[in-house]
Amino acid sequence: MNDYQYDNQTVRGFIISSIFWGVVGILIGLWISIQMWAPSWNIAPYFTFGRMRVVHTNGLAFGLGIGAIFGIFYYITMRLSRRPLLFPKLARFHLYLFNAAITLAALSLFAGMNQSLEYAELEWPLDIGVVILWVIFAVNIFGTIIKRKEEQMYISLWFIIATVVSVAVLYIVNNLFIPAGLFKSYHLFAGVNSANVEWWYGHNAVGFIFTTPILAMFYYFLPKSTGLPIFSHRLSIISFWSIVFAYLWTGAHHLVYTPLPNWIQTVAIVFTMFLIAPSWGSVVNGFYTVAPDWSKMRTNYLTKFFILGITFYGLQTLQGPTQGLRVVSQLIHYTDWVPGHVHMGTMGWVTMVVVASVYYIIPKIYDTEIYSEKIANMHFYLVLIGQLIFSITMWITGIQQGALWKAVNPDGTLKYTFIETLVKNYHFWHMRTLGGIIFTVGMLFFIYNIFMTIRKGKALSAIKREGVR
Amino acid sequence: MAGAIYRKPILFAIVSAIVILIGTAVTMFIPMLTPQMHPKLENLKPFTPLQLAGRDIYQREGCNNCHTQTVRPLKTEVMRYGEYSKAGEFAYDHPFLWGSKRTGPDLARIGKKYPDMWHYKHFEDPRAFFAESNMPSYGWLKGRSLDPEDIKSHMDALSFPYTADDISGLSGKDEMDALVAYMQVIGIAVTKTAASEAKPRVKAEEPENPLAGDQKAIELGEELYEGNCEMCHGEHGKGDIGPSLVDNIFLYEEGDLADDDYFEIINNGTSEGMVEEGRTAKGGMPSFSDQMQKNEIWSVISYIRSLQKK
Repeated sequence: MNDYQYDNQTVRGFIISSIFWGVVGILIGLWISIQMWAPSWNIAPYFTFGRMRVVHTNGLAFGLGIGAIFGIFYYITMRLSRRPLLFPKLARFHLYLFNAAITLAALSLFAGMNQSLEYAELEWPLDIGVVILWVIFAVNIFGTIIKRKEEQMYISLWFIIATVVSVAVLYIVNNLFIPAGLFKSYHLFAGVNSANVEWWYGHNAVGFIFTTPILAMFYYFLPKSTGLPIFSHRLSIISFWSIVFAYLWTGAHHLVYTPLPNWIQTVAIVFTMFLIAPSWGSVVNGFYTVAPDWSKMRTNYLTKFFILGITFYGLQTLQGPTQGLRVVSQLIHYTDWVPGHVHMGTMGWVTMVVVASVYYIIPKIYDTEIYSEKIANMHFYLVLIGQLIFSITMWITGIQQGALWKAVNPDGTLKYTFIETLVKNYHFWHMRTLGGIIFTVGMLFFIYNIFMTIRKGKALSAIKREGVR
Repeated sequence: MAGAIYRKPILFAIVSAIVILIGTAVTMFIPMLTPQMHPKLENLKPFTPLQLAGRDIYQREGCNNCHTQTVRPLKTEVMRYGEYSKAGEFAYDHPFLWGSKRTGPDLARIGKKYPDMWHYKHFEDPRAFFAESNMPSYGWLKGRSLDPEDIKSHMDALSFPYTADDISGLSGKDEMDALVAYMQVIGIAVTKTAASEAKPRVKAEEPENPLAGDQKAIELGEELYEGNCEMCHGEHGKGDIGPSLVDNIFLYEEGDLADDDYFEIINNGTSEGMVEEGRTAKGGMPSFSDQMQKNEIWSVISYIRSLQKK
């Protein structure tokens, strides 16, 4: 009997749950993208844009993102510690509690219970639930690492530890709220201070949910799936410490030109520029890892996902700092450029690496091969095309919006009323929905492929059991 | 030995925590302890129970997903929305609602810009005002009554002052009343004085309309009227939220006004107590100086004159 089997089932449970929440989040994303150009798709009170947008962001960040992080981190930690989880039953309980929490989270957001801080919308009773989830996770991860049977901690474990510690600090501080009944609360902080705390959190939620955990996966699964060792251990050390140090200084680049004290904005912009270095440390490390044998891009289907993923990470970490600069911010801030930027990161980097990790894990758990590489390749090209259509159209419309808002007549009056600038977005918003549909179809190929692999794996293990008897 | 840290998970976690807390302390914790993060304008008042109830609804419906509440100190932005936002305006905002995306316009200076009735009608049917608007309709808020006890507990949580009358006054009000009350209080601690300083009232250069009777100007004026004026002054100037333009009553007194008075009212808007030709305005008309050029304003006046002749 395999020691890992019970834990593997927990890992699989998290992966399937995260895929489920991913589907919910993506479908709601499509719906709200239609609402942008067809207001009749708002069905009050539960299905209006204002309520559904937060279900979309929370569903994907916490349902898909955190769900995948829980499952994949358990998987990686076991392998790098050379032992099963220290508390297998607790991990299983964690899985059930996670799904209960996400279900309640989605329902409460549909009901309009909303703290109004981006990525910290959940009301206070659910915040407590999230903290409990995180503590359970931390206990199991740390316990397993402490009792490991491998002396050195590999790069991925550093990123895992930093993620577990940082998210705890960020989440608790930003969610300090004054309760006013069970379903309502008010931020402990007010005005500019509230804004500063929120974006310290908001930007680092991106850092420690969409960056460090995904890097942990990247550093583990890229060498695993290509059979090529990481290019430079030293480079990964430098990248790691500088990224976890610099990230926390940068939140205020979301608040450029707001009433927040100018020096905080400037410090944030400077550190944001600095962040290019450690980000590209990982990009370079990824490229040079595959450099000895670029034919892997052709012969190993997973390499494409990882290399395109880290490429979008590289582009993201150049575009992001550029946006922080005042001269760029004043043009594109508050426009559709920003959702274009975010979706390159989430659809191009996070999802690419997560699905590739899942493609690696599921066959490993069942000791089999992926159901169809051909379908995986179809999936790859569809999500790539869908994401590019999405991001590029949003960048164009963002620049257009920014320029129209600034346009003046020769006599100095504004050239366009707000509604005139809005109407010019509609074509681009149609294109965005199209990009979203293509991406969604790609993800359906992925889900089908995973589902069929599990079916194949179950059939195989049934045969093996019969054979032993 | 620096290498030892990669073999000691607890030490690694502690060092990581210290590393992330440095930036956190410098940019977040320490500023919080200084007065620069807690400014308050002198004439800023805490929200009343009705306004807070409106703000709760603004949060519940996620209005901040499409509307920002900060005017940046950029020229065209101040022209479009009004005086740029000051740190001291937000002392009672738990949390801040500055937002990060302008699918709709910024709302930092929406307070008192339009009469209440404008908001009621616009919430109910945004497309009646702007045919191509993508804003959801919020007419369903009407008739959903407020819960005074609930709002009282929210006021208590924030330690905002209120009277028993404030609370009992809430019964009979609905969610739409509350949301409109909140709209009308956003950003008014600053606008009253600063905006009028920033934008001096302009006098018409010509006493009479240079485009009077010009057919082309009347056509352009009609188009502009439909886009900018019709939502308040009704079809063909018959009046609606705003007064009729064809009934010979102007600023609450019988008798027409001269062309240059028309120009000044359209260009500058009206405010409570403003005096034009000896008549006192009650306010409610926004300024259109940033939306319309001079000849466009004269064209609108040509159009209104053509309506009056009918």
